[in-house]
Amino acid sequence: MHREITRDPRPKDVYFFATCLVDLFCPEAGMDAIELLEREGIAVHFPENQTCCGQPAYTSGYADEARAVAQVQMALFPEDWPIVVPSGSCAGMMRHHYHKLFADDASLKAKADALAERVFELSEFLLEVLAVQWKESSTGRRPTTVALHTSCSARREMGTHVHARALLDSLPGVTVVTQSHESECCGFGGTFSLKHPAISGAMAGDKADALKESGAETFLSADCGCLLNINHTLQKRKDAFQGKHLATFLRERTEPAGTGDEA
Amino acid sequence: MSANANVSARERILGRLRAAAPQSKPAAPDVHALYAAMRKDDSRAERIARFCAQMAFWRGEVVPVTADGWTDTLRELCAAKGVASLLHGPRGVHDSALAAAGIPGLKAYDRPVGEWKQELFEATDAGFTSTRGAIAETGTLIIWPDAAEPRLMSLVPPIHFALLDADCIHDTLFDAMTAEGWSADGGRSLPTNALLISGPSKTADIQQTLAYGAHGPKELVVLLLDKTRETAANAAEENRQ
Amino acid sequence: MSAQHPLQFVPAAEFKQRSVDATSDAHLRQSFRGAMDFLMAKRAAQFPDDASLQRQRAIAEAIRQYSLARLPDLLEQLERNLTAKGVQVHWAENAEEANAIIVGIAQRHSAKLMVKGKSMVSEETELNHAMEAAGIAALESDMGEYIVQLDGEKPSHIIMPAIHKTKQQIARLFAEKVPGVSYTESVDELIGIGRAVLREKFMHADIGLSGVNFAVAETGTLCLVENEGNGRMCTTVPDVHVAITGIEKVVEKLEHVPPLYGLLTRSATGQAITTYFNMIGGPRKGGADGKGAELDGPKEVHLVLLDNGRTQAYADEQMRATLQCIRCGACMNHCPVYTRIGGHAYGTTYPGPIGEIISPHMMGLAATHALPTASSLCGACGEVCPVKIPIPDLLIRLRGEATHEARPGHAPLVGQGAARSALMDAVWAGWAALYTRPALYRAFGWLATRFRFLTPPTQSGWTVSRTPLKPAARTLREQLAERRRKTH
Repeated sequence: MHREITRDPRPKDVYFFATCLVDLFCPEAGMDAIELLEREGIAVHFPENQTCCGQPAYTSGYADEARAVAQVQMALFPEDWPIVVPSGSCAGMMRHHYHKLFADDASLKAKADALAERVFELSEFLLEVLAVQWKESSTGRRPTTVALHTSCSARREMGTHVHARALLDSLPGVTVVTQSHESECCGFGGTFSLKHPAISGAMAGDKADALKESGAETFLSADCGCLLNINHTLQKRKDAFQGKHLATFLRERTEPAGTGDEA
Repeated sequence: MSANANVSARERILGRLRAAAPQSKPAAPDVHALYAAMRKDDSRAERIARFCAQMAFWRGEVVPVTADGWTDTLRELCAAKGVASLLHGPRGVHDSALAAAGIPGLKAYDRPVGEWKQELFEATDAGFTSTRGAIAETGTLIIWPDAAEPRLMSLVPPIHFALLDADCIHDTLFDAMTAEGWSADGGRSLPTNALLISGPSKTADIQQTLAYGAHGPKELVVLLLDKTRETAANAAEENRQ
Repeated sequence: MSAQHPLQFVPAAEFKQRSVDATSDAHLRQSFRGAMDFLMAKRAAQFPDDASLQRQRAIAEAIRQYSLARLPDLLEQLERNLTAKGVQVHWAENAEEANAIIVGIAQRHSAKLMVKGKSMVSEETELNHAMEAAGIAALESDMGEYIVQLDGEKPSHIIMPAIHKTKQQIARLFAEKVPGVSYTESVDELIGIGRAVLREKFMHADIGLSGVNFAVAETGTLCLVENEGNGRMCTTVPDVHVAITGIEKVVEKLEHVPPLYGLLTRSATGQAITTYFNMIGGPRKGGADGKGAELDGPKEVHLVLLDNGRTQAYADEQMRATLQCIRCGACMNHCPVYTRIGGHAYGTTYPGPIGEIISPHMMGLAATHALPTASSLCGACGEVCPVKIPIPDLLIRLRGEATHEARPGHAPLVGQGAARSALMDAVWAGWAALYTRPALYRAFGWLATRFRFLTPPTQSGWTVSRTPLKPAARTLREQLAERRRKTH
């Protein structure tokens, strides 16, 4: 799960794979993620032809359809640059499942394997590859308490819950509280939430309760699927408590250590 | 069910398995390496102490005894626990020692169970057995019943007394079975029923609440016979604290 | 008890309705949450060192894969060694055959009462019905199984059958159903009641039935794992002992047992070991001159080896991993779906994640295709599985098999394609058409954002408990384009 990452040489360019959910439902999270990368001096390239990683069809048992979509994405990254994804779930699909989709085709399988090596979840990339050094922005000086909800793919496939947590722990004004049943799924599960609304809704409701009861001012997640699931559950209850994408929170509260605002 | 139909079920099942069994077989798993990596290099005293602590965790009582005094201890324990009938093996190695100890209600398991099932179930307070050894890691007794010490002695009476030689405590189950060669010669030395016993019978089937004496003994008392009696005494002392 | 045919009792629609009912049952939700939290904490305490756990899992997986790769040989070796020790070995392709074999044995002995140790395989074959139809009482003796049988139910968990019941419910049940018992909520007293009833039965039973946790081929040994002692009673007191097991439970060597046993109990209930580990190597010995004659133990021991769909899983390289299972139940203890709906909602002998991947082989996909979809694929099951079954991958695979024809070169599963729908095929074809055509996809995004006010207020299952999903005012790509225009 955890892989050795070399920081040298520091990349100058990265591809940004936004994911379909970020593109259509959470574009602000995507913009914030791009800004976090750019302010580290990285040139962020957004392949215009990107659509979706293919996960919805893959997990629904429609492998041919998933394969067709995945193959289109695999052609989008010709340069040997890292591919940064602001979602543990989609990153997990590209790193851990593409090679299974192409198991029967040696050349595509080799391509999938090579691609997997270049895929990074955003917080993992910020911490492990860029080793970001931040200081608090003016917004960031206001003390706050947050809870972190890590998606199941981020936690169990990518192991990036540690990265998100480490980034938050490095911010002096931020207190991270742990909600009960922290590692339990929020009930999104892609088409699962449509097929089994009662079960999925029960899970989402419990997760919303746990996050609220944690005493946090807001909650954060590095996955838009979880955020949409939990936020819309809270909205249905007419609850003002809402979560935001980790990238947005980090962008708001930090700036690179090199920038001077003392004057 | 005719024998024929049965044979063909066998052939059909095996046929399907053979048709599908993978050509390349994985190598044998290295179980020895796993246990070598996990091995604790405990001293004898530490091993005994670990056995005692684990057995206490399972609510087994460990009573240190001496080679010449264990029958006296057993008599005292029986008196203290109100044991009116103590079952022992018909031709056990401890027969004469037990007979000489003056334990009231001593009776031998000397008939096939079918001839006295009711008495065994309803009028037998305690059973006494020897043990083959024990396992420190899990606080477990190794018992190999045989004609001299039948299987039900350690199961039916509400109290089970078991005599354990402290020299026969292994680190793990794996150590015990490999050191003693249980599977040598196709396991021909294994009895018809070999048992590992860790504490009295228990269940947590009602609301995860632990209750003892589900079907088998409500109490398990290990008489720990240690030639270097200080060690055992210390171990039992520590375990009480 | 249900009179329906055992292999037909879980249509997909029923699973869905049961899951809806279960999630709105506050009492059930609370009791499973509490019980699963308890079991998860107990397991976690047994594995303080992750590196050591991963070493143990790797060995356990290797042992199971090694055994399965040699399964036909090991079964024959087991049969040979057991037969040499006087154990009679039977083979059954399905539940009916297994039940007929056991009823036949009982009838040969004119048996009136069978006491049963915990055996999920006998639940799978619905043996109790077959025995009762033959006029032979079949009494469950595991405390949890005894309780659910007394209430005319089936187990809701493979390790803790009565986990869905409170002590108050059990107290009422005993007071109502056990003669001469008055209401008590004391767990010790309730267990005492069960003990008294069942010891009487052990004494008089003609035949005892048990499952098998591990069958060792090289020594011809049947291993049983339990805490209560009822398994030992069933396999020792009656004159006849019948063990029933799935064909996958065999390992080659005795030394393969300790790593599996150690992980089984720690994963299941967070115990380092169970009270009893019962290694059976044959009936009581007669002794030629009467001197070596054993005084107890069954005079006859039988083993029934059951297929019931296991060879279907075995035939596929990927799905063969399903048979690595050692039935610890950790996957259900850690499953957020199982925790919400409990075991009965599944309608299968094996509930939870393992049930979702094994039931289709036992009962066919026509009856079970909803089960593999009842997972968010969170991966908790695969993470805790002591033998590393890739449960999420197998769920995805079965979702595919339920909605498609068999892949080329693969034999169709029973019920292959049972969930196939022209509508869903069209939906996914449309989805693929959209997402493989970037220009079309961009146009879709443009339209969706411009016409976001048209977002339907109800969106399939999503809006049952959530507000509708509404596209943003502008897609990310449009916002990026806008930013580029501003800066250049």
